[in-house]
Amino acid sequence: MSPEKDISRRDFLKTTGIAAGTLVGGGLIGGLVGYKMHGKGTATLEHDQHGTVTEETGSPKAKMFFMNQRDFNILANATERIFPEDDLGPGAKGLDVPYFIDHQLAGQYGSNSKEYMHGPFGEGAPTQGYQSRLTRAEIFKQGVQKLESEAQNRYKKSFNDIDGKQMDEILTAFQKGDVQMSGVTSAFFFTLLRAATLEGAYSDPIYGGNRNMDGWRMKGFPGHQMAYITQIEDPKFQKIEPNSLGSH
Amino acid sequence: MATTLPGVDVVTVGVGWTGGIVAAECSKAGLKVVGLERGQKRGTEDYMTIHDEYRYAIRYDLMQNLSKETISFRNNRNMKALPMRQLGSFLLSEGLGGSGTHWNGMTYRFLPYDFQIKTLTDKHYGPKKLGPDYLLQDWGLTYDELEPYFDKFEKTAGISGDDKNPFSGKRSNPYPTGPMKMTPMLTQFETAAKKLKLSPYMVPSANLSAVYKNPDGETINACQYCGFCERFGCEYGAKSSAEITVVPTALKTGIFDLRYNANVVEILKKGNKVTGVRYIDTISGEEFIQPANAVVLTSYVFNNAKLLMVSNIGERYDPATGKGTLGRNYCYQILPGAAGFFDEQYNTFMGAGSLGMSLDDYNGDNFDHSDLDFIHGGNIALTQTGARPIGSNPTPPDTPTWGSEFKKQSIHYYTRSFGIGAQGASMPHKENYLSLDSTYKDAYGLPLIQLTYNFTDQDRALHKYISARAADIMKEMGAKTVVPNAEITDYNIVPYQTTHNTGGTVMSLKPEDGVVNNYLQHWNVENLFAVSAGNFAHNSGYNPTGTLGALAYRCAEGVVKYSKSGGSLV
Ligand SMILES: Cc1cc2nc3c(=O)[nH]c(=O)nc-3n(C[C@H](O)[C@H](O)[C@H](O)COP(=O)(O)OP(=O)(O)OC[C@H]3O[C@@H](n4cnc5c(N)ncnc54)[C@H](O)[C@@H]3O)c2cc1C
Ligand code: SF4
Repeated sequence: MSPEKDISRRDFLKTTGIAAGTLVGGGLIGGLVGYKMHGKGTATLEHDQHGTVTEETGSPKAKMFFMNQRDFNILANATERIFPEDDLGPGAKGLDVPYFIDHQLAGQYGSNSKEYMHGPFGEGAPTQGYQSRLTRAEIFKQGVQKLESEAQNRYKKSFNDIDGKQMDEILTAFQKGDVQMSGVTSAFFFTLLRAATLEGAYSDPIYGGNRNMDGWRMKGFPGHQMAYITQIEDPKFQKIEPNSLGSH
Repeated sequence: MATTLPGVDVVTVGVGWTGGIVAAECSKAGLKVVGLERGQKRGTEDYMTIHDEYRYAIRYDLMQNLSKETISFRNNRNMKALPMRQLGSFLLSEGLGGSGTHWNGMTYRFLPYDFQIKTLTDKHYGPKKLGPDYLLQDWGLTYDELEPYFDKFEKTAGISGDDKNPFSGKRSNPYPTGPMKMTPMLTQFETAAKKLKLSPYMVPSANLSAVYKNPDGETINACQYCGFCERFGCEYGAKSSAEITVVPTALKTGIFDLRYNANVVEILKKGNKVTGVRYIDTISGEEFIQPANAVVLTSYVFNNAKLLMVSNIGERYDPATGKGTLGRNYCYQILPGAAGFFDEQYNTFMGAGSLGMSLDDYNGDNFDHSDLDFIHGGNIALTQTGARPIGSNPTPPDTPTWGSEFKKQSIHYYTRSFGIGAQGASMPHKENYLSLDSTYKDAYGLPLIQLTYNFTDQDRALHKYISARAADIMKEMGAKTVVPNAEITDYNIVPYQTTHNTGGTVMSLKPEDGVVNNYLQHWNVENLFAVSAGNFAHNSGYNPTGTLGALAYRCAEGVVKYSKSGGSLV
């Protein structure tokens, strides 16, 4: 898939006025636009408001949550350090993990709508779990801003302009809880960020991450297969070409 | 104002395994039954795109919506309890079939020792083995008395197994269907266990090895080993659950009325009897009163206890005085085990919820505890349930948790590593109990149920000992690196452990020792029944549902008996 095509797709989505915003909260597909994923992570756009337009392209790539490119890039760079590209294959960026997280933050995940969010909020012991009054969307927003201010404090540069080792230093400080955040610890933000990165790398491509199923391919996970009844007893390791739910 | 509906014979609160069994048996006996389920209808046809790890295993799509109701938790009485804001340690259910929709299906019978644990422990080791803080008690029913009900549940569910466990209590019949398939890693486990003179057998499974028609005429299909089982519904109708067995059986009678989005908020009581329940239609917001001659609580451990507490039925347990039985004996499980890292690659992503081999040589009182500072033990198993890539990122010790080394190792070992796990039995302790929260409320204005729980010295000793046994087997299997599970400290409600919560509404031989008798009939209120793993006086070293299913059949028999004779059944 050429980058040009991705751009034209983005423009197309922007100009339809529907945008990828109909793909809300964990890939639930709205009434106007539906995506059908085909074999290799390509998608057919079906859009039937004014007749049917069909276009073959990659995963939808538009921001739904982050409002400016700098914040989005900070998220992207941080996830890439957590899950970097190497000789095994693509990292978080190449797998579209930042888009996955962005989309999740715009929906149910970001608004904690299935969680108990009533006060009073107490700090609690670590054994009592999530006690923040903030939603995940609020935590990510603040976390990304903190990554930036931490880079500015330490290196007088944007997080997006420092080198990998410097990014790791900052991320490690977050992981240890050494960065001051409000309403949540930096360690908790880091835990969320790490988990979301792996979720984006390995969830079904219908959610916009795991581009081209390359996350699965690297790991040797075949994705959605109907059955293993004929292979389960086989002593040999089975290399199976992965399959997405979108190709159902 | 609540609308009062026409009365019925029996109302069940919740329609999972227990509610479904009670509904099927009572309606078959000619009783008019209403099943009130707070969640939605669901079934096999809804699971066509179920192979979605993110939606179902990570975001818990089939499970309880905590924005409406949760529990609160603290480790001990000196702490302030705080709400469990996200699911974690255990996964509560909501919707037709309850947890049985997305369970694994490992279907064991507890050991004869479990039912008489107090008597037998005292006999073998003297009365001082555990000390006075542990509230050990017999169940008020022996294994042999429960055997016909075990048999009945296994036949309803069509359980697949091999009858090779030498420690099993006596069985009146073999398993209804044969064992599941063997896989390379299971064969390796079997060989190693036998070399160590242990007694491996196939995990009794509710993922059926063959198509099966149960005595009620319901068909359960054969498992396809799809690897998306635990936390998922089965798209083949091959995993026994209430919605493909007892619920259709009850519906076929024509006298079972199943209502969804019906959240029960109160058990109504008049004099010494209950008169029905009050519930809220969660869609319209309307309130209804459903009168019934008998009320059966089948809403899982936490809500069975909560509904009794908010309706002021029975004396709540007070750890300071030791008085009261409601909420007492909350138990859980501890998870000893060992991870193994191999050079060879395994098809770890293939599997089924209850595909595995296990052994009971270190479970119950099957080994001598004279020189050990704990009682009981755990079933040790190697299961191949289908490792999925978000949830399964095994790395050898000292690997960083992120970055390039993490990526490399977790990808390499995804197919080269697995664990041997045990389900460590959990003994009741006077400080572990359920009560009502004084601060936090659910969406209907009721207080949350509050859990006060921590691991005990008994737990820590058991965990260490059994982890070492699991590591022995892993070594014998030839793992390159063997890592026994880290010793346990305080119970933490965040990481998933197990949905094997027990106690709070225990059954007993005498009224002063429990909430219900051995028909699961309330000691003080004869037309009220409560059945869940809350009835367990302690938790054994197995998954609970085999034993729970048996108790549900026992309870149903009690309800039918009561409808004829009235009065106390014991
Ligand atoms: C992931 C997972 C794997 C498991 N694997 C195994 C296994 O391999 N082997 C095993 O033995 N066990 C296993 N279990 C446990 C097993 O699923 C439960 O023991 C069993 O399903 C409990 O049945 P139940 O009827 O008591 O409760 P539930 O299945 O929890 O059903 C209770 C029902 O009551 C409803 N309800 C609750 N409150 C109200 C109210 N106020 N008003 C109306 N309705 C209400 C709920 O919505 C629910 O549908 C597993 C559980 C989970 C979560
Ligand atoms: S593993 Fe078997 S029982 Fe479980 S969901 Fe897949 S086909 Fe159904």
